[in-house]
Amino acid sequence: MSERRIVIDPVTRIEGHARVTVYLDDSGQVRDARLHVTQFRAFEKLCEGRPFTEMPSLMARICGICPVSHLIASAKACDQILGTRIPPAAVQLRRVLNLAQLLQSHALNFFHLSGPDLLLGMDAEPARRNLFGMIESHPEMARDGIRLRQFGQQIIERLAGKRIHPAWVVPGGVSEPLAPEARDAILAGIPEARAIVQRALNWFKSAIERFREEAAAFANFPTLFLGLVGEDGELEHYDGHVRVVDAAGRIVADNLAPERYRDYIGEAVEPDSYLKSPYYKPEGYPDGIYRVGPLARLNIADRCGTRGSDQEWAEFRQLERGAVLSSFYYHYARLVEMLYALERIEQLLEDRQILSRHVRAHAAANHPEGIGVAEAPRGLLIHHYRVDEAGVVQWANLIIATGHNNLAMNRGILQAARRFVHADRLSEGALNRVEAVIRAFDPCLSCSTHAVGRMPLVIELRGPTGQLLDEVKRGA
Amino acid sequence: MNAGIKTLRIDGRDVGARGDQTILQVARENGIFIPSLCYLEGLSPVGACRLCLVEVKGAARLLPSCVTRVEEGMEVTTRSERLDRYRRMILELLFSERNHICSVCVSNGHCELQGLAEKLQLTHVHFPYRYPRLPVDASHPRFVADHNRCILCTRCVRVCDEIEGAHTWDVMGRGIEARIITDLNQPWGESESCTSCGKCVHVCPTGALSEKGRSVAEMAKRRQFLPYLTMMRTQR
Repeated sequence: MSERRIVIDPVTRIEGHARVTVYLDDSGQVRDARLHVTQFRAFEKLCEGRPFTEMPSLMARICGICPVSHLIASAKACDQILGTRIPPAAVQLRRVLNLAQLLQSHALNFFHLSGPDLLLGMDAEPARRNLFGMIESHPEMARDGIRLRQFGQQIIERLAGKRIHPAWVVPGGVSEPLAPEARDAILAGIPEARAIVQRALNWFKSAIERFREEAAAFANFPTLFLGLVGEDGELEHYDGHVRVVDAAGRIVADNLAPERYRDYIGEAVEPDSYLKSPYYKPEGYPDGIYRVGPLARLNIADRCGTRGSDQEWAEFRQLERGAVLSSFYYHYARLVEMLYALERIEQLLEDRQILSRHVRAHAAANHPEGIGVAEAPRGLLIHHYRVDEAGVVQWANLIIATGHNNLAMNRGILQAARRFVHADRLSEGALNRVEAVIRAFDPCLSCSTHAVGRMPLVIELRGPTGQLLDEVKRGA
Repeated sequence: MNAGIKTLRIDGRDVGARGDQTILQVARENGIFIPSLCYLEGLSPVGACRLCLVEVKGAARLLPSCVTRVEEGMEVTTRSERLDRYRRMILELLFSERNHICSVCVSNGHCELQGLAEKLQLTHVHFPYRYPRLPVDASHPRFVADHNRCILCTRCVRVCDEIEGAHTWDVMGRGIEARIITDLNQPWGESESCTSCGKCVHVCPTGALSEKGRSVAEMAKRRQFLPYLTMMRTQR
C-alpha cells in the first residue's frame, strides 16, 4: 500500500499564498503535515543599487497590511547608517504609528479573519463562515471590528498623511510634526475603541471553555518564545532588547542586542517552501524552534506597562503555570495587546513633547551598515542593510515576523491534523481546523517571503506513495 | 530681430504675437495648454520630446510648437483625437524605456512626467517595459543622478551650458543607448567642471536628478528662478 496525502490549496483568510499537505500512512493515520509558502518575491535583491534614503518607502511595499512595521524597521536601520540620534518627538511619533498599525492589524485578524471561526464555529457551513455570515449573526461584533480597524487606520492617516504606504517615516525621524488638531482627534476616539476591545475581551474570556479542544491541539507544545522587552522588562514594540524564555516561562537569554541577531538567530532553508525557517542558534536546528508575536510578547514580558492591560496580562498568564503554550491563545494575546496599544497611544499623545516641531535629524551616510529591529503585529521584524560610501544599498537581509513562526506553524498543523484528520476523506470541519491553526498565527506570507501575490490556500490529502487522494482549493 | 506683429488663430481663437515668438510661447501667453517636457522657459528650445506637436493648417506633418515660429494667418490646433493619441503614445514610450517606479521615487507627486500622464489620462502602457539595468550615481556629496528616471530631455545639459556656463553635463551614445554624462563620463563626484550649483537638479522634470538625503516624494523642484537668471545674464 502506498502513501497518501491531502492537499489544502489555498489556505483562506490569511494574508498571502500557501498550501498545506497532509501525509497519511497505510492505516489512514496522519504521518506528516507541511505548510508550503508558494510565493517568491526577492525584495532583498531588488533594493540593491538604490539610495538608502528610499529604503523605508521601498521596503514598505512588501506589504499592504503592515507597511508601517516595515517603514519603522527600515527607518531604524537607516538611522544607524546616518549615525544620528533622532529627535525624541520623532521616536514618540513613530511609536504611536507602530501601535496604531498593531491595532488595525490585530483587529483585522481577530474580527475579520478569525472571527468567523470563533463566532460561527469551526464546523459552520463554509459559505457562511466568513465576515458576511458574521455580520448576519453577530452584527454588533462585526460592526465593532470594522470600527476598531478603521480607528487604527485613521490614526495612521492623521499622523502620516495616508493609510497605506505613507512616506512620512524617513531616515532621521519623520517628515512632518504632529498637528494639535490631529492629536486631539485621535485622543477623542480612544474611549470608544477601548470599549470595543473590552467587549471583545469579555466575550473571548466567556467563550474560552467552548474552544477547549482547539486550545489543546492548536500548536500547543513547548517552544522558546522570543521578542523585544523594554528596559524594565515591560512590553515593548519599538526599542528595547531581545529576550528569550522557555516553555516554563524561565528566561533563557536576556539583554541580547537586537543588532547582533546573527549571533543567536540562524536561518534554515527547506526545499518545499519559499519561507525560510529561523531557529535559535544555541539550541540548533530544528530544536531551536521558537515563537514570536503577541503570544510570545506576553510570555516574555514581566508586565505590559499600562494600567488596564497589566490587569488583563496578569489574568492571561494565569491560563498556564509557565508560558502560555497553545497558539490558540494568540487570539487572546492580540486582544490584550490591542488594549495596551490604546492605553499607550493615549499616554504618548498626552505628553506635550509629542507636538515638538523638531522631528528630523539630517546627516549623510556615515556608516556602512544599519540594522533596524522592531516588533511588528506578528512579531520581531529585522531589516539589515549594507551601503557603499555614497549611500547606495549593496546588500540587504530581512527576517520577517511570520518567518520566525515557520517551524512552529509546521509543527502546529501536524498536531492539529493528527487530532482532527482521520479518514482518507476530509471533513470540512477538520480541514478548517488545520487552516485555523495557521490563522491563529496570523501569518503574513507576502511579507515573509517578501513576495508578490494573492493569498489563497490549498490543502492536499496524499497517500503513502504520494498519490493525491483529495484536494480542497479556495480562491483568495 | 525685426519681429513685427503677427495675427494667427489657435484653437479657433484670434491671437496676436511678435514674429520672433514660437507657437508654444504664444499659446502659453494666452492660457492655452500644450504639453511639453524638454521645453523650459529660460533655456533654448530643442524640440526633442515631441509632446508639443500641433496641427497647422496647410502643413503636411505635425509641427513641434516649441521650435515653430508663428506666421501671419496661421491656423493652429493644439488638441485633437490624433494629437491626444500621439502624446499618450510618447508618454508610454518614455515610461517603458526606463524604470519609472513613481510610488518609490523621490519626485513622486512633484514630477512633470507623472503630472502629464495624469493630465493626459494615461491609464496603461501598451508597450513592453524594457527594464534596463541602469546605475545610480551617488558619488556627488550633495546630489544624486538616477538614470532609471531620466527621459533625456537635456534640460540639465542646457542649463549647465547656457546659464551656469560649466557644461558639465552632456549626452553620450545614440538612440536607446543614449545617456547623460558628467564630464567625460566620470562619476559626478569626480567632475572637475561641476560647480555644485544645483541648477540641473531643479530643472530636471523627473526624479533623475535630486538632492541627496531626500526621501520618497520629498524632491519638489524650484525652477521659477530660471527666467530671472537668464534675464540678469543677458540684459544687464
